[in-house]
Amino acid sequence: MSSPNYSFMRWLRPADAPTAKPTLVGKPTSRASRRSMGLGEFLHNLTPGTDKKLCVLDLGPTSPANINFLTDREMRVFNEDIIRAVKQPEYQTKAEDGSLQLDLDKFFAENLEYAENQFDAILCWDAPDYLPESLVKPLVGRIHTMLKPGGVLLAFFHTQDTGPESPHYRYDITQPDTLQMESRSSSRMERIFNNRHIENLFKDFASKRLFLGRDNLREVIVVR
Amino acid sequence: MWKARPEENNTMNTNAQQPAVNPVAATATTPNLNVPKDSKTQAYTDRADVGHIGKSVVIRGELTGNEDLYLDGEIEGNIDLRDHKLVIGPNGKIKATITARDIVLHGRVEGNIAAAERVELKKSCSLVGDVSTQRIVIEDGAFFKGAIDIKENPNRETRVEPKKSVSSGSGVSVSQPQAYSASSS
Repeated sequence: MSSPNYSFMRWLRPADAPTAKPTLVGKPTSRASRRSMGLGEFLHNLTPGTDKKLCVLDLGPTSPANINFLTDREMRVFNEDIIRAVKQPEYQTKAEDGSLQLDLDKFFAENLEYAENQFDAILCWDAPDYLPESLVKPLVGRIHTMLKPGGVLLAFFHTQDTGPESPHYRYDITQPDTLQMESRSSSRMERIFNNRHIENLFKDFASKRLFLGRDNLREVIVVR
Repeated sequence: MWKARPEENNTMNTNAQQPAVNPVAATATTPNLNVPKDSKTQAYTDRADVGHIGKSVVIRGELTGNEDLYLDGEIEGNIDLRDHKLVIGPNGKIKATITARDIVLHGRVEGNIAAAERVELKKSCSLVGDVSTQRIVIEDGAFFKGAIDIKENPNRETRVEPKKSVSSGSGVSVSQPQAYSASSS
């Protein structure tokens, strides 16, 4: 919305003067809202128990909104930014050909160290698209172990590569069926998963449901 | 021509010999704490009843106290302030289990923290550990790895709602620095 001062000044400007709108000072953070069928389904599956709090693991960047949303619903929230962890130099080792590889043993020794059947739900967001190939299957295996039987996982998969300069988003839950996407940093997707890949990836799980959004994002609900 | 009277001269000389401000008092009242330019934090650290541990101090062991504490150094061990407030400054590097009434983090902490009332994670902070508290406020940009357990408080009925972002009206909204809080109802 334009300021009152700007609205008033444009009447005083000559007709041929170029229109100059006020610009934002500083680096703006782009945010966009999107409806999420998958999130609605995910939350629908989370029925609180009688005595114990539900345990939810968020594998995305630290999101105050998600923590607020989930703790408001009396859930115990765990947060672990897996993409940030993967980029840490201490987990990179040099292969024989000189290329950098992820040291899986070291990574799993210091990350995702949780007991079996600990979580009722895991929010994976679009992390699999950005993780190195060697980590994807072991990660899904670890998720399978950490989830309780009947536990639910929400994951997103892009259906198009948006290029090297595309922003990597943090997904903030604002309403039970609405996400706010906030760009964090530019990051290249490692690959595009198609439906068959996704089916294979979660073959050990009991059920899978896929929702394809209009923004080329496939939402997947997986139940162990 | 104007001439200064002798008594005026004396006064001027006296003033010239004495410094304008007592340096000892100035040092005592305005310590260089290197705190962030947050007026509330500055006002808090300037209070006389708040203990200070500077950024060059390294402590290994157990730290207990019966007063509020501003901590900007390195601590390894346990910190127990029970009914008091602990502020970890931007230079603070803590590897400890922390227990206090209120805990405000600007620096880096590795360890579990338990606050009887409130935890604040500022945007510059990094926390690796579990949090147990009645209320938590997290600024956008804070890094957190661990679990959050909100304890129930039957006496408290109010809750702080998250600050709204400013919408530009085009579907994409421009966010201002946000702080969200969660509390038990």
